[in-house]
Amino acid sequence: MQNQLGVSRRLTPYVFAAPAVLVMLFGLLYPVVDALRLSFYEVRLGEQITPQAFRGLAIFAEALSDSSNLKSMAVTLEFSVVVVVVEMAVGTGLALILEKPLRGMRVFRTLLVLPMMIAPICVGLIWRYMFDVNVGPINSVLAGFGLQPAWLAESGLAFFAICVTDVWQFTPFVFILALAGLQGLDQSCVEAARMDGASAFQIIRYVKIPLLAPILMITILMRLIDALRGLEVVYAMTNGGPGLSTELFSLHIYKSAFVTQRMGHSAALSVCLLVVTTALSVLLLAWSNPLRQRGR
Amino acid sequence: MGPEAFAREEQAGDSFRIGAVALLAALSVLPILVMLSTSLKTQRQIFSGGFSFLMLPTFENYRQVLEGRFLGYLGNSIVVSVIATVVTLVFGTMCAYAISRFTFSGRSPIAISTLLVRTIPPAVLAIPAYFILTPLHLDGLAGLTISYVALNLPFTIWLLYGFIEQVPTELEEAATVDGCGPFRLFFTLIVPLLKPGLAAAAIFTFRIAWNELVLASILTNRTSRTLPYGVYLFITDVGIDWGQLMAAGMLVALPPLVFTFVAARQIIMGLTDGAVKG
Repeated sequence: MQNQLGVSRRLTPYVFAAPAVLVMLFGLLYPVVDALRLSFYEVRLGEQITPQAFRGLAIFAEALSDSSNLKSMAVTLEFSVVVVVVEMAVGTGLALILEKPLRGMRVFRTLLVLPMMIAPICVGLIWRYMFDVNVGPINSVLAGFGLQPAWLAESGLAFFAICVTDVWQFTPFVFILALAGLQGLDQSCVEAARMDGASAFQIIRYVKIPLLAPILMITILMRLIDALRGLEVVYAMTNGGPGLSTELFSLHIYKSAFVTQRMGHSAALSVCLLVVTTALSVLLLAWSNPLRQRGR
Repeated sequence: MGPEAFAREEQAGDSFRIGAVALLAALSVLPILVMLSTSLKTQRQIFSGGFSFLMLPTFENYRQVLEGRFLGYLGNSIVVSVIATVVTLVFGTMCAYAISRFTFSGRSPIAISTLLVRTIPPAVLAIPAYFILTPLHLDGLAGLTISYVALNLPFTIWLLYGFIEQVPTELEEAATVDGCGPFRLFFTLIVPLLKPGLAAAAIFTFRIAWNELVLASILTNRTSRTLPYGVYLFITDVGIDWGQLMAAGMLVALPPLVFTFVAARQIIMGLTDGAVKG
Protein backbone atom coordinates (compact mmCIF):
# COMPACT_ATOMS: atom_id res chain seq x y z
CA MET A 1 0.00 0.00 0.00
CA GLN A 2 2.72 2.41 1.07
CA ASN A 3 4.76 1.42 -1.96
CA GLN A 4 1.83 1.93 -4.33
CA LEU A 5 1.35 5.45 -3.02
CA GLY A 6 5.03 6.21 -3.59
CA VAL A 7 4.85 5.07 -7.22
CA SER A 8 1.74 7.10 -7.96
CA ARG A 9 3.32 10.14 -6.31
CA ARG A 10 6.40 9.78 -8.48
CA LEU A 11 4.21 9.48 -11.57
CA THR A 12 2.22 12.62 -10.79
CA PRO A 13 4.51 15.19 -12.48
CA TYR A 14 4.68 13.05 -15.62
CA VAL A 15 0.90 12.90 -15.82
CA PHE A 16 0.75 16.68 -15.49
CA ALA A 17 3.42 17.29 -18.12
CA ALA A 18 2.53 14.52 -20.58
CA PRO A 19 -0.35 16.06 -22.58
CA ALA A 20 1.55 19.26 -23.38
CA VAL A 21 4.78 17.39 -24.08
CA LEU A 22 3.07 14.93 -26.43
CA VAL A 23 1.36 17.69 -28.43
CA MET A 24 4.62 19.63 -28.73
CA LEU A 25 6.51 16.49 -29.77
CA PHE A 26 3.96 15.80 -32.50
CA GLY A 27 3.26 19.39 -33.55
CA LEU A 28 6.68 21.01 -33.26
CA LEU A 29 9.56 18.58 -32.85
CA TYR A 30 8.44 15.92 -35.32
CA PRO A 31 7.88 18.49 -38.12
CA VAL A 32 11.30 20.02 -37.48
CA VAL A 33 13.00 16.62 -37.66
CA ASP A 34 10.98 15.82 -40.76
CA ALA A 35 12.04 19.11 -42.38
CA LEU A 36 15.63 18.07 -41.80
CA ARG A 37 14.97 14.68 -43.44
CA LEU A 38 13.14 16.28 -46.37
CA SER A 39 15.98 18.67 -46.98
CA PHE A 40 18.09 15.73 -48.22
CA TYR A 41 15.59 14.75 -50.94
CA GLU A 42 14.81 16.26 -54.30
CA VAL A 43 11.05 16.01 -54.10
CA ARG A 44 8.17 18.02 -55.52
CA LEU A 45 4.79 18.74 -53.98
CA GLY A 46 2.52 15.69 -54.24
CA GLU A 47 5.39 13.27 -54.94
CA GLN A 48 6.37 10.35 -52.71
CA ILE A 49 9.78 10.47 -51.08
CA THR A 50 11.81 7.68 -52.71
CA PRO A 51 15.39 6.53 -52.03
CA GLN A 52 16.25 7.52 -55.62
CA ALA A 53 15.48 11.12 -54.79
CA PHE A 54 18.16 11.22 -52.08
CA ARG A 55 20.69 13.98 -52.75
CA GLY A 56 22.07 14.51 -49.25
CA LEU A 57 23.90 17.71 -48.52
CA ALA A 58 24.04 18.52 -52.22
CA ILE A 59 20.69 20.27 -51.84
CA PHE A 60 22.14 22.60 -49.22
CA ALA A 61 25.09 23.40 -51.48
CA GLU A 62 22.74 24.07 -54.34
CA ALA A 63 20.38 26.14 -52.20
CA LEU A 64 23.18 28.27 -50.82
CA SER A 65 24.57 29.06 -54.26
CA ASP A 66 21.23 29.83 -55.91
CA SER A 67 21.10 33.54 -56.68
CA SER A 68 17.44 34.06 -55.81
CA ASN A 69 18.00 32.54 -52.37
CA LEU A 70 21.00 34.76 -51.77
CA LYS A 71 19.03 37.80 -52.94
CA SER A 72 16.23 36.96 -50.52
CA MET A 73 18.73 36.57 -47.67
CA ALA A 74 20.24 39.95 -48.49
CA VAL A 75 16.79 41.59 -48.57
CA THR A 76 15.93 39.98 -45.22
CA LEU A 77 19.19 41.11 -43.62
CA GLU A 78 18.74 44.67 -44.86
CA PHE A 79 15.10 44.72 -43.78
CA SER A 80 15.84 43.38 -40.28
CA VAL A 81 18.69 45.81 -39.68
CA VAL A 82 16.73 48.84 -40.94
CA VAL A 83 13.53 48.16 -39.01
CA VAL A 84 15.23 47.08 -35.78
CA VAL A 85 17.51 50.13 -35.75
CA VAL A 86 14.66 52.56 -36.47
CA GLU A 87 12.26 50.93 -34.02
CA MET A 88 14.85 50.76 -31.24
CA ALA A 89 15.94 54.38 -31.75
CA VAL A 90 12.43 55.83 -31.98
CA GLY A 91 10.85 53.56 -29.37
CA THR A 92 13.60 54.01 -26.77
CA GLY A 93 13.90 57.74 -27.50
CA LEU A 94 10.20 58.27 -26.97
CA ALA A 95 10.26 56.24 -23.78
CA LEU A 96 13.07 58.41 -22.40
CA ILE A 97 11.12 61.59 -23.22
CA LEU A 98 7.83 60.29 -21.91
CA GLU A 99 9.17 58.41 -18.93
CA LYS A 100 7.29 60.30 -16.23
CA PRO A 101 3.88 58.78 -15.43
CA LEU A 102 1.27 60.68 -17.42
CA ARG A 103 -2.42 61.15 -16.95
CA GLY A 104 -4.32 59.07 -19.53
CA MET A 105 -1.27 56.96 -20.35
CA ARG A 106 -3.32 53.79 -19.94
CA VAL A 107 -5.69 54.77 -22.76
CA PHE A 108 -2.83 55.77 -25.04
CA ARG A 109 -1.02 52.52 -24.36
CA THR A 110 -4.13 50.57 -25.34
CA LEU A 111 -4.29 52.42 -28.66
CA LEU A 112 -0.57 51.85 -29.24
CA VAL A 113 -0.83 48.05 -29.06
CA LEU A 114 -3.68 47.81 -31.57
CA PRO A 115 -1.37 47.46 -34.64
CA MET A 116 0.31 44.46 -33.01
CA MET A 117 -2.94 42.76 -32.09
CA ILE A 118 -4.78 42.68 -35.42
CA ALA A 119 -4.00 39.93 -37.93
CA PRO A 120 -0.76 40.50 -39.89
CA ILE A 121 -2.77 39.84 -43.04
CA CYS A 122 -4.96 42.86 -42.14
CA VAL A 123 -1.86 44.97 -41.56
CA GLY A 124 -0.62 44.01 -45.01
CA LEU A 125 -3.94 44.83 -46.65
CA ILE A 126 -4.31 48.15 -44.84
CA TRP A 127 -0.88 49.31 -45.99
CA ARG A 128 -1.35 47.95 -49.48
CA TYR A 129 -4.33 50.28 -49.61
CA MET A 130 -2.46 53.16 -47.93
CA PHE A 131 0.29 52.92 -50.56
CA ASP A 132 -2.03 52.24 -53.50
CA VAL A 133 -1.00 54.36 -56.43
CA ASN A 134 -4.51 55.40 -57.48
CA VAL A 135 -6.86 55.26 -54.51
CA GLY A 136 -4.45 55.24 -51.54
CA PRO A 137 -4.64 57.99 -48.89
CA ILE A 138 -0.88 58.64 -49.08
CA ASN A 139 -0.94 59.47 -52.76
CA SER A 140 -4.14 61.37 -52.28
CA VAL A 141 -2.18 63.72 -49.98
CA LEU A 142 0.89 63.77 -52.23
CA ALA A 143 -1.28 64.63 -55.24
CA GLY A 144 -1.55 68.11 -53.73
CA PHE A 145 2.19 68.46 -54.38
CA GLY A 146 1.95 67.03 -57.86
CA LEU A 147 3.52 63.71 -56.80
CA GLN A 148 2.15 60.28 -57.70
CA PRO A 149 4.82 57.69 -56.77
CA ALA A 150 4.06 54.07 -57.70
CA TRP A 151 4.98 52.84 -54.22
CA LEU A 152 4.56 49.11 -54.55
CA ALA A 153 5.65 48.83 -58.18
CA GLU A 154 9.20 50.15 -57.81
CA SER A 155 11.82 48.09 -55.96
CA GLY A 156 13.27 50.85 -53.79
CA LEU A 157 9.92 52.35 -52.91
CA ALA A 158 8.36 48.95 -52.22
CA PHE A 159 11.20 48.10 -49.83
CA PHE A 160 10.69 51.45 -48.13
CA ALA A 161 6.95 50.73 -47.87
CA ILE A 162 7.39 47.37 -46.12
CA CYS A 163 9.86 48.98 -43.69
CA VAL A 164 7.36 51.78 -42.90
CA THR A 165 4.71 49.16 -42.24
CA ASP A 166 6.89 47.20 -39.83
CA VAL A 167 7.98 50.37 -38.05
CA TRP A 168 4.31 51.37 -37.69
CA GLN A 169 3.42 47.98 -36.29
CA PHE A 170 6.27 47.43 -33.84
CA THR A 171 7.70 50.75 -32.65
CA PRO A 172 5.03 50.78 -29.91
CA PHE A 173 6.30 47.36 -28.78
CA VAL A 174 9.79 48.79 -28.20
CA PHE A 175 8.30 51.90 -26.62
CA ILE A 176 6.18 49.92 -24.14
CA LEU A 177 9.03 47.59 -23.15
CA ALA A 178 11.50 50.46 -22.73
CA LEU A 179 8.95 52.44 -20.73
CA ALA A 180 8.23 49.50 -18.44
CA GLY A 181 11.98 49.06 -18.01
CA LEU A 182 12.55 52.74 -17.20
CA GLN A 183 9.75 52.83 -14.66
CA GLY A 184 11.24 49.78 -12.97
CA LEU A 185 14.73 51.30 -12.70
CA ASP A 186 16.34 51.82 -9.33
CA GLN A 187 15.63 55.54 -8.88
CA SER A 188 18.40 55.95 -6.30
CA CYS A 189 21.07 55.66 -9.03
CA VAL A 190 19.37 58.41 -11.04
CA GLU A 191 19.01 60.54 -7.89
CA ALA A 192 22.66 60.05 -6.99
CA ALA A 193 23.78 61.14 -10.47
CA ARG A 194 21.54 64.20 -10.27
CA MET A 195 22.99 65.13 -6.86
CA ASP A 196 26.45 64.89 -8.38
CA GLY A 197 25.39 67.51 -10.91
CA ALA A 198 24.98 65.30 -13.97
CA SER A 199 22.98 66.89 -16.81
CA ALA A 200 19.81 65.29 -18.11
CA PHE A 201 21.72 64.04 -21.14
CA GLN A 202 24.53 62.62 -19.03
CA ILE A 203 22.00 60.81 -16.84
CA ILE A 204 20.45 59.21 -19.90
CA ARG A 205 23.78 58.36 -21.50
CA TYR A 206 25.68 57.09 -18.46
CA VAL A 207 22.99 55.92 -16.03
CA LYS A 208 19.70 55.05 -17.67
CA ILE A 209 20.89 53.42 -20.90
CA PRO A 210 23.42 51.14 -19.17
CA LEU A 211 20.82 50.11 -16.57
CA LEU A 212 18.32 49.52 -19.35
CA ALA A 213 20.78 47.57 -21.52
CA PRO A 214 19.52 44.06 -20.68
CA ILE A 215 15.93 44.96 -21.55
CA LEU A 216 17.02 46.71 -24.75
CA MET A 217 19.08 43.66 -25.70
CA ILE A 218 16.11 41.34 -25.11
CA THR A 219 13.89 43.66 -27.14
CA ILE A 220 16.34 43.69 -30.04
CA LEU A 221 16.51 39.89 -30.04
CA MET A 222 12.72 39.53 -29.87
CA ARG A 223 12.29 41.95 -32.77
CA LEU A 224 15.00 40.23 -34.85
CA ILE A 225 13.43 36.81 -34.34
CA ASP A 226 10.01 38.19 -35.26
CA ALA A 227 11.36 39.93 -38.36
CA LEU A 228 12.77 36.57 -39.49
CA ARG A 229 9.57 34.65 -38.76
CA GLY A 230 6.97 36.91 -40.32
CA LEU A 231 5.76 36.67 -43.88
CA GLU A 232 2.03 37.51 -43.91
CA VAL A 233 2.38 41.29 -44.09
CA VAL A 234 4.64 41.18 -47.12
CA TYR A 235 2.59 38.36 -48.63
CA ALA A 236 -0.45 40.65 -48.64
CA MET A 237 1.38 43.87 -49.56
CA THR A 238 3.74 42.95 -52.39
CA ASN A 239 4.04 39.14 -52.46
CA GLY A 240 7.79 39.71 -52.54
CA GLY A 241 7.81 41.90 -55.62
CA PRO A 242 8.60 43.77 -57.71
CA GLY A 243 11.23 41.21 -58.69
CA LEU A 244 12.63 39.94 -55.39
CA SER A 245 12.97 43.38 -53.82
CA THR A 246 10.69 42.62 -50.85
CA GLU A 247 11.02 38.83 -50.74
CA LEU A 248 11.68 38.19 -47.04
CA PHE A 249 13.23 34.80 -46.36
CA SER A 250 10.19 33.24 -44.69
CA LEU A 251 8.07 34.25 -47.67
CA HIS A 252 10.72 32.89 -50.01
CA ILE A 253 10.63 29.51 -48.25
CA TYR A 254 6.85 29.46 -48.43
CA LYS A 255 6.83 30.33 -52.12
CA SER A 256 9.51 27.85 -53.10
CA ALA A 257 7.55 25.11 -51.33
CA PHE A 258 4.04 25.91 -52.48
CA VAL A 259 4.45 28.00 -55.64
CA THR A 260 7.58 26.57 -57.28
CA GLN A 261 6.83 23.34 -55.38
CA ARG A 262 10.42 22.28 -54.73
CA MET A 263 9.86 20.77 -51.31
CA GLY A 264 13.37 19.44 -50.59
CA HIS A 265 14.98 22.67 -51.68
CA SER A 266 12.55 24.67 -49.58
CA ALA A 267 13.05 22.37 -46.58
CA ALA A 268 16.81 22.97 -46.84
CA LEU A 269 16.21 26.72 -46.76
CA SER A 270 13.87 26.32 -43.80
CA VAL A 271 16.54 24.40 -41.90
CA CYS A 272 18.94 27.31 -42.50
CA LEU A 273 16.34 29.75 -41.18
CA LEU A 274 15.73 27.53 -38.17
CA VAL A 275 19.44 27.49 -37.33
CA VAL A 276 19.51 31.30 -37.29
CA THR A 277 16.32 31.78 -35.25
CA THR A 278 17.37 29.08 -32.78
CA ALA A 279 20.78 30.72 -32.34
CA LEU A 280 19.03 34.03 -31.58
CA SER A 281 16.69 32.17 -29.26
CA VAL A 282 19.62 30.68 -27.33
CA LEU A 283 21.09 34.16 -27.03
CA LEU A 284 17.72 35.41 -25.77
CA LEU A 285 17.72 32.67 -23.14
CA ALA A 286 21.15 33.73 -21.98
CA TRP A 287 19.72 37.19 -21.27
CA SER A 288 16.34 36.20 -19.99
CA ASN A 289 15.77 32.78 -18.51
CA PRO A 290 12.63 32.45 -16.40
CA LEU A 291 14.04 29.34 -14.73
CA ARG A 292 17.26 30.93 -13.54
CA GLN A 293 15.71 34.30 -12.79
CA ARG A 294 13.30 32.89 -10.25
CA GLY A 295 16.12 31.26 -8.39
CA ARG A 296 15.71 27.64 -9.30
CA MET B 1 13.10 80.37 -10.30
CA GLY B 2 10.23 80.48 -7.80
CA PRO B 3 8.09 77.44 -7.07
CA GLU B 4 5.20 78.86 -9.13
CA ALA B 5 7.28 79.35 -12.23
CA PHE B 6 8.65 75.87 -11.71
CA ALA B 7 5.14 74.41 -11.48
CA ARG B 8 4.11 76.29 -14.61
CA GLU B 9 7.08 74.94 -16.52
CA GLU B 10 6.31 71.47 -15.24
CA GLN B 11 2.75 71.82 -16.50
CA ALA B 12 3.92 73.00 -19.94
CA GLY B 13 6.20 69.98 -20.08
CA ASP B 14 3.30 67.73 -19.20
CA SER B 15 1.06 69.07 -21.94
CA PHE B 16 3.90 68.69 -24.42
CA ARG B 17 4.32 65.10 -23.35
CA ILE B 18 0.60 64.36 -23.55
CA GLY B 19 0.55 65.93 -27.01
CA ALA B 20 3.45 63.72 -28.12
CA VAL B 21 1.84 60.51 -26.85
CA ALA B 22 -1.51 61.51 -28.36
CA LEU B 23 0.15 62.04 -31.74
CA LEU B 24 1.81 58.63 -31.50
CA ALA B 25 -1.50 56.97 -30.58
CA ALA B 26 -3.20 58.75 -33.49
CA LEU B 27 -0.56 57.42 -35.88
CA SER B 28 -1.22 53.91 -34.58
CA VAL B 29 -4.98 54.14 -34.93
CA LEU B 30 -5.33 56.15 -38.14
CA PRO B 31 -4.58 53.33 -40.63
CA ILE B 32 -7.09 51.11 -38.82
CA LEU B 33 -9.68 53.88 -39.14
CA VAL B 34 -8.84 54.07 -42.85
CA MET B 35 -9.71 50.38 -43.11
CA LEU B 36 -12.97 50.95 -41.21
CA SER B 37 -14.05 53.94 -43.30
CA THR B 38 -13.18 52.24 -46.60
CA SER B 39 -15.25 49.23 -45.58
CA LEU B 40 -18.25 51.53 -45.18
CA LYS B 41 -17.91 53.22 -48.59
CA THR B 42 -19.43 52.44 -51.94
CA GLN B 43 -17.24 51.38 -54.84
CA ARG B 44 -17.81 54.78 -56.44
CA GLN B 45 -16.77 56.74 -53.34
CA ILE B 46 -13.56 54.70 -53.09
CA PHE B 47 -12.58 55.24 -56.70
CA SER B 48 -13.63 58.87 -57.08
CA GLY B 49 -10.23 60.54 -56.63
CA GLY B 50 -8.89 61.61 -53.27
CA PHE B 51 -9.22 59.77 -49.98
CA SER B 52 -11.57 61.24 -47.42
CA PHE B 53 -13.08 60.17 -44.12
CA LEU B 54 -16.31 61.92 -45.16
CA MET B 55 -19.02 59.62 -46.50
CA LEU B 56 -22.49 58.25 -46.13
CA PRO B 57 -21.76 54.93 -44.41
CA THR B 58 -23.27 51.84 -46.00
CA PHE B 59 -23.13 48.23 -44.84
CA GLU B 60 -23.45 46.98 -48.40
CA ASN B 61 -19.87 45.63 -48.43
CA TYR B 62 -20.43 43.65 -45.24
CA ARG B 63 -23.68 42.25 -46.61
CA GLN B 64 -21.97 41.06 -49.78
CA VAL B 65 -18.99 39.60 -47.92
CA LEU B 66 -21.23 37.61 -45.59
CA GLU B 67 -23.36 36.33 -48.45
CA GLY B 68 -20.50 34.31 -49.94
CA ARG B 69 -18.46 31.52 -48.42
CA PHE B 70 -17.17 33.91 -45.81
CA LEU B 71 -19.77 32.95 -43.23
CA GLY B 72 -18.51 29.36 -43.36
CA TYR B 73 -14.91 30.56 -42.91
CA LEU B 74 -16.05 32.59 -39.92
CA GLY B 75 -17.55 29.45 -38.38
CA ASN B 76 -14.35 27.47 -39.02
CA SER B 77 -12.23 30.19 -37.47
CA ILE B 78 -14.37 30.33 -34.35
CA VAL B 79 -14.32 26.53 -33.90
CA VAL B 80 -10.55 26.21 -34.41
CA SER B 81 -9.63 29.21 -32.24
CA VAL B 82 -11.91 28.33 -29.34
CA ILE B 83 -10.91 24.65 -29.21
CA ALA B 84 -7.21 25.49 -29.59
CA THR B 85 -7.46 28.05 -26.78
CA VAL B 86 -9.22 25.74 -24.33
CA VAL B 87 -6.89 22.79 -24.99
CA THR B 88 -3.78 24.99 -24.81
CA LEU B 89 -4.84 26.45 -21.48
CA VAL B 90 -5.61 23.07 -19.88
CA PHE B 91 -2.43 21.32 -21.11
CA GLY B 92 -0.25 24.40 -20.63
CA THR B 93 -1.31 25.06 -17.05
CA MET B 94 -0.80 21.40 -16.11
CA CYS B 95 2.68 21.38 -17.63
CA ALA B 96 3.61 24.69 -15.99
CA TYR B 97 2.49 23.23 -12.66
CA ALA B 98 4.68 20.17 -13.13
CA ILE B 99 7.71 22.32 -13.93
CA SER B 100 7.07 24.67 -11.05
CA ARG B 101 6.19 22.23 -8.26
CA PHE B 102 7.89 18.90 -8.93
CA THR B 103 11.45 17.73 -9.28
CA PHE B 104 11.52 14.88 -11.75
CA SER B 105 13.96 13.59 -14.32
CA GLY B 106 12.93 15.21 -17.56
CA ARG B 107 12.03 18.48 -15.88
CA SER B 108 15.06 20.41 -17.20
CA PRO B 109 14.89 18.98 -20.75
CA ILE B 110 11.18 19.86 -20.92
CA ALA B 111 11.80 23.32 -19.52
CA ILE B 112 14.73 24.17 -21.79
CA SER B 113 13.21 22.76 -24.96
CA THR B 114 9.91 24.58 -24.47
CA LEU B 115 11.92 27.78 -24.08
CA LEU B 116 13.79 27.08 -27.32
CA VAL B 117 10.84 26.07 -29.49
CA ARG B 118 9.08 29.38 -28.72
CA THR B 119 10.66 30.84 -31.84
CA ILE B 120 10.18 28.17 -34.52
CA PRO B 121 9.05 30.05 -37.66
CA PRO B 122 5.65 28.90 -38.99
CA ALA B 123 7.19 28.65 -42.47
CA VAL B 124 9.51 25.92 -41.14
CA LEU B 125 6.52 23.93 -39.88
CA ALA B 126 4.39 24.40 -42.99
CA ILE B 127 6.35 22.09 -45.31
CA PRO B 128 6.61 19.01 -43.06
CA ALA B 129 3.13 19.64 -41.63
CA TYR B 130 1.76 19.02 -45.10
CA PHE B 131 3.66 15.73 -45.45
CA ILE B 132 2.89 14.56 -41.93
CA LEU B 133 -0.76 15.50 -41.54
CA THR B 134 -2.12 14.69 -45.00
CA PRO B 135 -1.43 10.91 -44.86
CA LEU B 136 -2.99 10.81 -41.37
CA HIS B 137 -6.09 12.56 -42.77
CA LEU B 138 -5.43 15.30 -40.27
CA ASP B 139 -5.31 18.05 -42.85
CA GLY B 140 -8.19 20.43 -42.38
CA LEU B 141 -9.47 21.76 -39.09
CA ALA B 142 -8.25 18.94 -36.81
CA GLY B 143 -4.63 19.22 -37.96
CA LEU B 144 -4.82 22.98 -37.83
CA THR B 145 -6.08 22.89 -34.24
CA ILE B 146 -3.31 20.50 -33.16
CA SER B 147 -0.70 22.74 -34.80
CA TYR B 148 -2.07 25.83 -33.05
CA VAL B 149 -2.06 24.11 -29.67
CA ALA B 150 1.57 23.08 -30.23
CA LEU B 151 2.56 26.59 -31.38
CA ASN B 152 0.92 28.26 -28.38
CA LEU B 153 1.95 25.87 -25.61
CA PRO B 154 5.49 27.22 -25.04
CA PHE B 155 4.34 30.81 -24.45
CA THR B 156 1.40 29.70 -22.31
CA ILE B 157 3.56 27.40 -20.17
CA TRP B 158 6.02 30.17 -19.38
CA LEU B 159 3.40 32.82 -18.75
CA LEU B 160 1.56 30.56 -16.31
CA TYR B 161 4.78 29.29 -14.75
CA GLY B 162 5.34 32.87 -13.57
CA PHE B 163 1.90 32.97 -11.98
CA ILE B 164 2.19 29.55 -10.32
CA GLU B 165 5.53 30.51 -8.81
CA GLN B 166 3.76 33.34 -7.00
CA VAL B 167 1.27 31.00 -5.32
CA PRO B 168 2.64 30.14 -1.86
CA THR B 169 3.26 26.39 -1.44
CA GLU B 170 1.88 26.43 2.12
CA LEU B 171 -1.64 26.22 0.70
CA GLU B 172 -0.86 22.97 -1.08
CA GLU B 173 1.00 21.53 1.87
CA ALA B 174 -2.00 22.17 4.09
CA ALA B 175 -4.37 20.63 1.54
CA THR B 176 -2.13 17.57 1.13
CA VAL B 177 -2.07 17.00 4.87
CA ASP B 178 -5.86 17.10 4.76
CA GLY B 179 -5.72 14.22 2.26
CA CYS B 180 -6.41 16.12 -0.95
CA GLY B 181 -5.03 14.32 -4.04
CA PRO B 182 -2.75 16.15 -6.48
CA PHE B 183 -5.32 16.49 -9.28
CA ARG B 184 -8.18 17.70 -7.12
CA LEU B 185 -5.73 20.06 -5.46
CA PHE B 186 -4.60 21.41 -8.83
CA PHE B 187 -8.04 21.95 -10.33
CA THR B 188 -9.87 23.19 -7.24
CA LEU B 189 -7.14 25.10 -5.42
CA ILE B 190 -4.47 26.26 -7.89
CA VAL B 191 -6.39 26.94 -11.10
CA PRO B 192 -8.84 29.42 -9.52
CA LEU B 193 -5.87 31.45 -8.23
CA LEU B 194 -4.44 31.77 -11.74
CA LYS B 195 -7.36 33.63 -13.30
CA PRO B 196 -5.44 36.77 -14.38
CA GLY B 197 -2.71 34.65 -15.98
CA LEU B 198 -5.25 32.38 -17.65
CA ALA B 199 -7.05 35.42 -19.06
CA ALA B 200 -3.84 36.79 -20.58
CA ALA B 201 -2.86 33.38 -21.95
CA ALA B 202 -6.34 32.89 -23.41
CA ILE B 203 -6.22 36.20 -25.24
CA PHE B 204 -2.78 35.53 -26.72
CA THR B 205 -3.62 31.98 -27.75
CA PHE B 206 -6.95 32.92 -29.27
CA ARG B 207 -5.38 35.80 -31.14
CA ILE B 208 -2.59 33.70 -32.64
CA ALA B 209 -5.01 30.98 -33.76
CA TRP B 210 -7.48 33.53 -35.08
CA ASN B 211 -4.84 35.48 -37.06
CA GLU B 212 -2.74 32.59 -38.41
CA LEU B 213 -2.41 32.35 -42.17
CA VAL B 214 0.58 30.27 -43.23
CA LEU B 215 -0.41 26.86 -41.88
CA ALA B 216 -4.07 27.56 -42.62
CA SER B 217 -3.36 28.24 -46.27
CA ILE B 218 -1.71 24.83 -46.60
CA LEU B 219 -3.81 22.59 -44.39
CA THR B 220 -7.29 23.76 -45.39
CA ASN B 221 -9.40 23.51 -48.53
CA ARG B 222 -12.53 25.23 -49.81
CA THR B 223 -14.75 23.93 -47.05
CA SER B 224 -12.35 24.01 -44.12
CA ARG B 225 -10.83 27.43 -44.83
CA THR B 226 -10.40 29.91 -41.98
CA LEU B 227 -10.80 33.69 -42.12
CA PRO B 228 -7.29 35.11 -42.73
CA TYR B 229 -6.77 33.11 -45.92
CA GLY B 230 -10.37 33.80 -46.87
CA VAL B 231 -9.59 37.51 -46.71
CA TYR B 232 -6.47 37.07 -48.80
CA LEU B 233 -8.57 35.44 -51.53
CA PHE B 234 -10.37 38.76 -52.09
CA ILE B 235 -7.19 39.85 -53.89
CA THR B 236 -7.64 38.57 -57.45
CA ASP B 237 -5.74 38.99 -60.67
CA VAL B 238 -8.61 40.98 -62.12
CA GLY B 239 -8.40 43.69 -59.49
CA ILE B 240 -9.25 44.47 -55.92
CA ASP B 241 -12.70 45.37 -54.65
CA TRP B 242 -11.33 47.50 -51.83
CA GLY B 243 -14.69 47.97 -50.13
CA GLN B 244 -15.33 44.25 -49.74
CA LEU B 245 -11.70 43.50 -48.93
CA MET B 246 -11.70 46.05 -46.11
CA ALA B 247 -15.06 44.81 -44.81
CA ALA B 248 -13.65 41.27 -44.68
CA GLY B 249 -10.50 42.63 -43.03
CA MET B 250 -12.56 44.45 -40.40
CA LEU B 251 -14.39 41.23 -39.53
CA VAL B 252 -11.03 39.49 -38.95
CA ALA B 253 -9.61 42.43 -37.01
CA LEU B 254 -12.66 42.93 -34.79
CA PRO B 255 -12.19 40.26 -32.07
CA PRO B 256 -8.55 41.18 -31.34
CA LEU B 257 -9.52 44.87 -31.26
CA VAL B 258 -12.34 44.18 -28.80
CA PHE B 259 -10.08 42.05 -26.58
CA THR B 260 -7.48 44.78 -26.52
CA PHE B 261 -9.98 47.34 -25.27
CA VAL B 262 -11.49 44.95 -22.72
CA ALA B 263 -8.24 43.51 -21.35
CA ALA B 264 -5.50 46.01 -22.16
CA ARG B 265 -3.78 45.45 -18.83
CA GLN B 266 -3.41 41.70 -19.29
CA ILE B 267 -2.19 42.16 -22.85
CA ILE B 268 0.49 44.65 -21.91
CA MET B 269 1.56 42.39 -19.08
CA GLY B 270 1.79 39.47 -21.51
CA LEU B 271 3.89 41.56 -23.89
CA THR B 272 6.30 42.89 -21.27
CA ASP B 273 6.43 39.94 -18.88
CA GLY B 274 9.33 38.01 -20.39
CA ALA B 275 11.51 41.00 -21.17
CA VAL B 276 11.13 43.18 -18.11
CA LYS B 277 11.01 40.62 -15.34
CA GLY B 278 13.00 37.85 -16.96
